[in-house]
Amino acid sequence: MHGLSFDIAHLLAGSLVLVSFMLLYQDRLYALLNVYALHAVVLAMSVAWQAYIQDAPHLYITAAIALLFKAIIIPVALHRMIVKLGVHREIETVGGIGLTMLLGMGLVALAMVVTLRATEGAGLLAREDLAFALSVVLLGLLMMVTRQNAVSQVVGFMSLENGLVLAATGAKGMPLVVEISVAFSILIAFIIIGIFLFRIRERFDTVDIGALDRYRGEHG
Amino acid sequence: MSFDPVTFLFLIPALAAVVIALMPGSKLSAYVNAGASFLTFLAALSLLWVERPTPGAYVLVDEFNTIFVVLIPFVAFTTSVFSATYVEYELETARVTPAFLKLYHALYQALTLCFVLALLSNNIGVMWVAIELATLTTVVMVGIYRTHAAIEAAWKYFILASVGIALALFGTILVYMAAEPVMGAGLNAMVWTDLVPRAASLEPAMLNLAFVFLLLGYGTKIGLFPLHAWLPDAHAEGPTPITAVLSGLLLNVALYALLRCKMLLAGNPEALAPGPLMIVMGLVSLLFGAFMLYRRRDIKRLFAYSSIEHMGLITFAFGLGGPIANFAGLLHMALHSLTKSAIFFAVGDISQVKGTQKIADMGGLTSTNPLIGWGLVIGVAAIAGLPPLGIFTSEFLMVSATLEKQPLLAIPLVLGLLIGIGALFLQLNRIAFGEPKGPNHKVKCSYVPMILHLGLVLIAGVYLPAGLVAWFQAVAKLLG
Repeated sequence: MHGLSFDIAHLLAGSLVLVSFMLLYQDRLYALLNVYALHAVVLAMSVAWQAYIQDAPHLYITAAIALLFKAIIIPVALHRMIVKLGVHREIETVGGIGLTMLLGMGLVALAMVVTLRATEGAGLLAREDLAFALSVVLLGLLMMVTRQNAVSQVVGFMSLENGLVLAATGAKGMPLVVEISVAFSILIAFIIIGIFLFRIRERFDTVDIGALDRYRGEHG
Repeated sequence: MSFDPVTFLFLIPALAAVVIALMPGSKLSAYVNAGASFLTFLAALSLLWVERPTPGAYVLVDEFNTIFVVLIPFVAFTTSVFSATYVEYELETARVTPAFLKLYHALYQALTLCFVLALLSNNIGVMWVAIELATLTTVVMVGIYRTHAAIEAAWKYFILASVGIALALFGTILVYMAAEPVMGAGLNAMVWTDLVPRAASLEPAMLNLAFVFLLLGYGTKIGLFPLHAWLPDAHAEGPTPITAVLSGLLLNVALYALLRCKMLLAGNPEALAPGPLMIVMGLVSLLFGAFMLYRRRDIKRLFAYSSIEHMGLITFAFGLGGPIANFAGLLHMALHSLTKSAIFFAVGDISQVKGTQKIADMGGLTSTNPLIGWGLVIGVAAIAGLPPLGIFTSEFLMVSATLEKQPLLAIPLVLGLLIGIGALFLQLNRIAFGEPKGPNHKVKCSYVPMILHLGLVLIAGVYLPAGLVAWFQAVAKLLG
């Protein structure tokens, strides 16, 4: 498993982490969607490469889903939705970009330390893959926490799911059940989110979660 | 072909969901919902007599999950009966439209299907999928009123639950990766009945990491502190039958999934002991829930925090482990499910009668609406753990098991329980006794589900059938 095939897998998984960092500092919605599309493309390439080196043809399906659904359909649909809703284009980030990036680096370091220590028994490829996947998951979480806007929270969630797909494909011979379910869950999640965004629009004329936070449940 | 209850358990809710969705008009949907729930319950009940099918790659029926496969359709059925009269009034007061009502009933059946699938699944991946789908279904149901508050609650629930679900999937993948070197690649490495007997040969470090993720992931769904933030909002803003379903069923199903994962760790002597983690999270949730009960102003939020408290208590008991604590935990899961849904039936009627959920606007319910008022009083007495009601037995067993194994832990445990009791009775005094306050709308209530549940809890407190005790004891031993 050494040599070129390992290096390419490493490069692709590492790129996914890099694109996750790029997602963190995008402050316009359209740019955010474009970077998310790039994220999905890198994921598709990474999964396709895993399919090739593991000799697991079913993984090509996962790669195709990632490419078609996540890199094309979802960004286009979200793009249209933003136009339709007429959402303002600036995104507020909590704590500033510098701090967020520092936190992101800390999370990646954490992911490396945790997974590389815990997985000494597993194969080298699986270990590296898992470490990168956990980094992507944690960066997705960070993005969901730092963003106020509903659309960017959704993008954060979807980048998080990309990390999960990376982890699932890295696990050798994992049955297809889970991969399809992940893709499926995104579909459902997306529909639900769509409904919610429109409901929010109906009621408040904004997709800013901050507007929702003003309501404090029982104190209202 | 012989009678196979498992097929019916999947088919009935699936068909009912489709039928309701395709039905013209929404008038009959409540009845179809209740009828289908009853049939599902009958199919589940027949599992007690029919010989259990041999576990396959996807379906497993064993002593452990049979408890919940019977309990959960039962509560789902009684809740659907309560729901029928509840939503009729909501329709009259135009809080929901007929189209949404139909959606609500179709989702109710879909949710039942997800629960049954999660419980009967022999595959760690399928179980995850079922719990994920259950979450997505409940998100829509919580937001169904489409008010300001309901949307916020549903969104918060959706975001937090997705994070939890994502972490649980990561844990699931890690379990597979721990098992793959030993069991070989493929489906076998995800099947509970293959995994558990060979747990000792799995990679311990990987298993530890997996359990941390599974605990955080499913812990979010169980509502353990500090991952509970979605729970009070989702409980307060959705329709009350869904509140009962969340508290009584969803939390239990998530806890069941966590217990399955714990069995895996318990079978590996080199892996980290899951006990201390669960004990700490459980105790903190118990104390947090108990303290939060004091300043609640919304009646549904009050009992939502009580659910956090009790889920913490149950997690603590299973973390402690051993035959007595596990037995108490199982009993508490069953009784909490029955009691809490009975309380929410009463709360649903109360909030319709008073037209509000604010505790400050309620009072003297025992004199104006004796049946609901006293129902609530008995329910609260049961959930507080007063004898002779059933929860007294399980809490007593928990405390005595703690005293025997870890006497020092009994201090925070008893403290949490007492703080909770104090808060509940303080609040109950305001709601049920004193001067009658607020309006008194004429509402058609269905009392039968509430009385049935409370009756069962009372019977469990006075007399537990020997067969049931032996069954729970066997499962308690299995859980280690």
